Amino acid sequence: MVATASDTEARERARERAWEAAAAVTDPELPMLTLADLGILREVEIGQDGTAQVWITPTYSGCPALAEMRVDVDSAVRAAGFEHVRVRTALSPPWTTDWITEEGRRKLTENGISPPGDAPVRPSGPVPLTLLPTRTIPRCPLCGAADTEELSRFGATSCKSLHRCRSCLEPFEHVKEI
Amino acid sequence: MSGDNIFTGLTAEHDSDARWAFGTGFTEALAGVDTTLPPGVRGQELATYCQMLGDDALIQAQRLVHWVTDAPELEEEVALANIALDLLGQARLLLARAGQADGTGRDEDAFAYHRDPAEFHNVHLAEAPRGDFARCVVTLLVLSTWRLALFTRLAHSKDPVLAAIAAKGVNELAYHREYAVSWALRLGDGTDYSHERMVQALAQVWPLTGELFATHPVEAALAAQGVGVDPVTVREEVHEVLTQVLTGATLAAPAPFPAGEVAGRRGRHTDELAPLLDELQKVAREHPEATW
Repeated sequence: MVATASDTEARERARERAWEAAAAVTDPELPMLTLADLGILREVEIGQDGTAQVWITPTYSGCPALAEMRVDVDSAVRAAGFEHVRVRTALSPPWTTDWITEEGRRKLTENGISPPGDAPVRPSGPVPLTLLPTRTIPRCPLCGAADTEELSRFGATSCKSLHRCRSCLEPFEHVKEI
Repeated sequence: MSGDNIFTGLTAEHDSDARWAFGTGFTEALAGVDTTLPPGVRGQELATYCQMLGDDALIQAQRLVHWVTDAPELEEEVALANIALDLLGQARLLLARAGQADGTGRDEDAFAYHRDPAEFHNVHLAEAPRGDFARCVVTLLVLSTWRLALFTRLAHSKDPVLAAIAAKGVNELAYHREYAVSWALRLGDGTDYSHERMVQALAQVWPLTGELFATHPVEAALAAQGVGVDPVTVREEVHEVLTQVLTGATLAAPAPFPAGEVAGRRGRHTDELAPLLDELQKVAREHPEATW
């Protein structure tokens, strides 16, 4: 069978439909964010036989939400009319918080979570050691003050650290740069 | 999932069984990753190597978990649990890779729960007793510095799966090291009492460091192929980093690493490993039909 222009077009439309369905799935641990907001959705392909293949990437190696997201993507893409769905893992390149979209950052702030700053630049050689605090000091997402302190570099989930605003005294979470 | 009730997402709009698929193919750590072996690489060797790196992480994670409900402060408990979770994630990927590389198709659970102590390949420092918080900090400092040095190099491995696992791990290990460094500085350069506890912890941990740089034949063979890393090649870098941290913490510059021989990598372990595995494997072995 020779693929005609309209076949290609139909496949592209199907791809967009599958992409949109997968993109709208939300993160179980940051439910205000979709997979598209997080930059976790990497690729969608529609095979000759109509199978939708979706590639997602884990945030942290041990992220327990990934299994749940796979299931959610699978059922969302099925619900969009694809009978055969394969959700695949893309390990490389590793996820970075730089992939969180502007929209995602806005939603985080609106929900009282401080969005990440720029991810640390990784040289190709040894990771440099610094004995002083190097990470950016986030602004308070609640009152906007810059005077905040870190309570713990590790928070309730792998991707967040714990802070407190010295101005409004409220504690808040920050998505760690990675 | 949206809405007020987190359970509504489980029932609404889902008529397939997919929502309930935990414990089936969906939990594979490497689901859908291209796992072809690079040309010339012996599957058995790569599998053994992945078990070495995976077991270091799995056993260290299990040790760290012993701090949960027992750390000096809640924040430290959360931190140590998060570090353990990262390591567990690395172990899952590496053990899944091992099962593909050796052709047995064993999954991560088969490796974690159904091997005996002599089949584990982790270094002794990973299984060493938990000790006090100072010892936890020193152990984490040494292991994260060492693993970070290995993974930085492994990120360029000719095995694309190993390279991807390592590249991901580098970002996590950099945080682990940062955490250990911050506590080493605080305790070493703290009170006389905290300083003394750090001195004692170093005296306990240091004799175990020699093994980290002893080369197993599989490590040598895979390093020669550009797939693995010969640990002896990171010795100097690790020593330099530790010297910087320890002198910064007003502790004496560390002695050279002692000479060590390959032990845990060959399945020869201390008496500490068997009870640790008993606890780790108990549920899986008593209830072989259980899924999670």
